[in-house]
Amino acid sequence: MTTEIEVSLYVLVLAVPLGLELVRKVSPLLHTPLMSLTNAISAISVVGAILVAGTGNSPGLSKVLATIAVMFATINIVAGFLITDRMLKMFRKKDGGGK
Amino acid sequence: MNDSFWQASYIVAALSVVLSIKWLSSPATARRGVRSGEIGMLFAVIGTLLRHEVVSYQWIAIAFAGGAVIGAPLAFLMPMTSVPQLTALSHAFGALAAALVGTAEYYKDVATGNPTTGFKMVALVIESLLGYLTTTASVMAFGKLQEIVPTRPMTYKGQNVVNLILFAIAMALGVWMIVEPTPIWVFPAFTSLSLLFGILLILPIGGGDMPTVIALLNSYAGAACAAMGFALENRLLIIAGALNASSGFILSVIMCNAMNRSFTNVLFGAFGQAQTGAAAQVSAKPVHSATPEDAASILASARKVIVVPGYGMAVAQAQHKLRELTDILSKRGIQVDFAIHPVAGRMPGHMNVLLAEADIPYDRLHEMEDINPDFAEADVALVIGANDVVNPAARHDKTSPIYGMPILDVDKAQTVMVIKRSMNPGFAGIDNELYYMDRTLMLFGDAKGFVGEIVKELAANK
Repeated sequence: MTTEIEVSLYVLVLAVPLGLELVRKVSPLLHTPLMSLTNAISAISVVGAILVAGTGNSPGLSKVLATIAVMFATINIVAGFLITDRMLKMFRKKDGGGK
Repeated sequence: MNDSFWQASYIVAALSVVLSIKWLSSPATARRGVRSGEIGMLFAVIGTLLRHEVVSYQWIAIAFAGGAVIGAPLAFLMPMTSVPQLTALSHAFGALAAALVGTAEYYKDVATGNPTTGFKMVALVIESLLGYLTTTASVMAFGKLQEIVPTRPMTYKGQNVVNLILFAIAMALGVWMIVEPTPIWVFPAFTSLSLLFGILLILPIGGGDMPTVIALLNSYAGAACAAMGFALENRLLIIAGALNASSGFILSVIMCNAMNRSFTNVLFGAFGQAQTGAAAQVSAKPVHSATPEDAASILASARKVIVVPGYGMAVAQAQHKLRELTDILSKRGIQVDFAIHPVAGRMPGHMNVLLAEADIPYDRLHEMEDINPDFAEADVALVIGANDVVNPAARHDKTSPIYGMPILDVDKAQTVMVIKRSMNPGFAGIDNELYYMDRTLMLFGDAKGFVGEIVKELAANK
């Protein structure tokens, strides 16, 4: 049990500086798409929701709550990726490129 | 299904998610970043569905379908001016999902007669607290951005004390549950307090601070996801949550720096409440106004024009007319650049998206530090719908609420033109001394209509 927590903490202390470093390199031009993309990515919490909603030994209340959570996370996944792509499609460098 | 399958797919998902953010760093590779994120999500979801613990699929499938049916139209139909609102909503959805899973997990453990203890309970308490407060706070932020809720700070005496006490009680209940998880009424009470705290947190925050708040809520939603990872011992969630949390954190730091304010000041400072009196007192001063014809002839004789767009431009839907103006001036050999303040628009990077939508090439868009030295050489600085970010009071007026905020140096240009509907102070409610300068021409009117008339004038006098 203790080792499980330890591993999780290691992951956290590595993931946070990595995230800070990656995000610092993102051009300010793309800060809005960055936010919508990270929103979509953190909706990976759908994984946790599926695990609680689909497990046999969950009581009814837990299943209902987790199923609702699956829906909200899915909204974020779908809307997040789609709108990020919609925004990025609009960024072009030179005049006359496309359209 | 063998455990190694989902474990492997989680590792692929983690890698894809990290690469996704890495590729987003520049516009050239950004769309690859979205693909990578989608692939990561696919692996995560399929891997999870195939885990042997997951036995019933029917409701999950319905929830997937429901989410897709709601999510897709949101993404396709939302106008770009409303992206901040959509973002606020998705913070709320993400945080609520995390909070609901925390709650579900708690009751699952209670029901199985195996109450959560120790470290897991700590994670669940953090997950639920952050999740619920971010949910209501984001809904409030949505309301302020949509202007359903008044954008002015709502304050009352002792507000910070009330908030602090409320938060302390919520924390105390949280600690109680960590020590003694069973009393059945504690969790609902804790939930209600967290929800209430989220609302109270946003009440005193003014519309002008929304970019910071949006970024901060982004961070909280990510942190809730990471806490869920701890509660469920799922490292993929920790990685994704940590990436989101650090992203939101960096963006809010950038926003705070761009306004020369601290977190505490944004959250507890009730920005922009005291200046209504000051505004009334200065607006009696005379201003110089000009017609579209005047503006067109000044622009036509310029060599270098810097456009400073603000949210007002987007509200007036003037960006497409602005693109026409840029084209017509460029054809005459006049250099046109755009100066983007970090807090222009209502969320980080919003202005760039709006201009990109109008097909203005992104190499014309310049950040504040890069373009500020150029204003001294500019013949015209054209301010459209921007206000506080060009207010010289930020440099010298110690009594101004925006004192110390880095601004765009438009007042250094030969001629300053400001398109504005009227002399009413802007979103943050602060008067602007730029408007009373001798070199400033006020172009009163609707931004879209006015730019359109300038374009017409320029086209007629080739």
